[in-house]
Amino acid sequence: MSARPMTSLERVLTTLGHREPDRVPLFLLLTMHGARELGLSLETYFSRPEYVIEGQLRLRGKYRNDCLYPFFYASVETEAWGGDVFYTDDGPPNAGPPIIRTPERIRTLEPPRVADCPCLLKVLETISGLKAAVGDEAPIIGVVMSPFSLPVMQMGFEAYLNLMFEQPDLFEHLMRLNEAFCIEWANAQLAAGATAICYFDPVSSSTIVSPEHFRRTGLQVAMRTLAGIKGPVALHFASGRCMPILDDLPPTGAAVIGVSMLDDLAALKQAAAGKVSLLGNLNGVEMRRWTPEQAEAQVKAAIAAAGHGGGFILSDNHGEIPYQVPEDTLLAISEAVHRWGTYPLAVPREQASSSPPKGPRS
Amino acid sequence: MTSADPVETFLNALLAMDRVMAKRALGGPASADVRLDVVERLVVPSLERIGDLWERGEVSLSQVYMSGRMCEEMVDAILPPSDPRRVDQPPMAIAVLDDYHLLGKRMVYSVMRASGYELKDYGTVDADALVGRVVRDGIVVLLISVLMLPSALHIKRVREALGRAGSHPFILVGGAPFRFDTELWREVGADAMAGTAAEGVAVVRELLDRLPKEHRA
Repeated sequence: MSARPMTSLERVLTTLGHREPDRVPLFLLLTMHGARELGLSLETYFSRPEYVIEGQLRLRGKYRNDCLYPFFYASVETEAWGGDVFYTDDGPPNAGPPIIRTPERIRTLEPPRVADCPCLLKVLETISGLKAAVGDEAPIIGVVMSPFSLPVMQMGFEAYLNLMFEQPDLFEHLMRLNEAFCIEWANAQLAAGATAICYFDPVSSSTIVSPEHFRRTGLQVAMRTLAGIKGPVALHFASGRCMPILDDLPPTGAAVIGVSMLDDLAALKQAAAGKVSLLGNLNGVEMRRWTPEQAEAQVKAAIAAAGHGGGFILSDNHGEIPYQVPEDTLLAISEAVHRWGTYPLAVPREQASSSPPKGPRS
Repeated sequence: MTSADPVETFLNALLAMDRVMAKRALGGPASADVRLDVVERLVVPSLERIGDLWERGEVSLSQVYMSGRMCEEMVDAILPPSDPRRVDQPPMAIAVLDDYHLLGKRMVYSVMRASGYELKDYGTVDADALVGRVVRDGIVVLLISVLMLPSALHIKRVREALGRAGSHPFILVGGAPFRFDTELWREVGADAMAGTAAEGVAVVRELLDRLPKEHRA
């Protein structure tokens, strides 16, 4: 056997094949911290692809991260649909007022073309630049919002729930528009050099809609959309629970599921082993005030719950680590993965909770 | 609990989003006092149970939202906003800080109104605007909903600015950041946090029970 350590990509591909690589891969999903590395405001940082490329490369070096994450911010997609984006100094740019102010507007809505959207072209340029810098050494993770979750920003959560439950025809029409956009946007990122796509779909989580409703709606949208995406996809529920729908997910073709700290990680691993890999599930909000010792304990616990046998990537549970999480904590997480995540694992396997959660009520 | 239990019947109708069944479970025309009793006996406990079920991952947010909205509509029909039988209360307000995601606030607003309370709805505001309105309206109980961590951290500025203006409302906070970090509400200077809309109602009810009469409307 060669003594050469695995590259990040080899490490990730091995674990996705449900085998144990040299150590548990670490995906620190940092979007904003690159601005701090470069001494820039968030608005300036996201204004030029060169800044984000340099920020991502520095973060990967500093934290020995196993991926590059050219995700700018969630509202970049509503920006493409004509919405406003508001920058702050302490968090991701936020979506402005909804672009769909009445459900009737959906009838005349047309999806934007990626090539016509400067905000999306910046992301594509960033992906291309990262690909040129790292080649096949590390995976580059592109991001799309699920067609089923994007309406939360397009029309507001309340109006969207009302549409979903009270105007099924218009809901279905909006899904078809969003699916067309999502597929084009995902494939553009893959063509630019992204290795895989992270499909953020918090509305499909059992935290937001019941499993039965998911099977009739969000799952159908995911099946159609993933079928059109020409590359590997991770389904990510952005902190929402997915245990009740875990068995529904492999048929979408997803290779990875982003999981929440609200679910029992050991139980998820038991149910997913050999079928789909898990990504998660450190608590990013609480991480802000972890001591290095707490960070190590959390990493160790996650690895004990899901690391054995491969099929696991350590990450936060939301898909974006808050800007307030300090460098020392991120370094402690990285150090702990290198210490406790090296295979064969020194930490014993944590068993799933003996009392499974009660089934959902519909 | 049997299937004939009125709370369980009403609860099941809400979770199934069945307005007809829910109205039937609330009962037909009755005297005002009896209708008020229905709110206390059926609506409030049902919403509390739905909040608990969401906490335990057994129902979804969309079911919580639709239940609150249906109850608000039904209670408005029983107890119009001007009805003196609504709860005797001091000035209360609710706001979303820095965000156009209004669902959390909407759910709390619905469940508060479905439980018989009235409160001003400030919608989406920044910290300065919120302080100005709270001082102007003499708010005694302030409910703040947030979606993002930075917005949660801004509540500390709201608390400090209110203090400088001589206003000391009871601040109840809620939203995802507080659910994921259960110490955060203390850090930002709030007086309490609620994990669900129904828990928010319970906190307000307990507070009002302790509040001296002169602070009430």
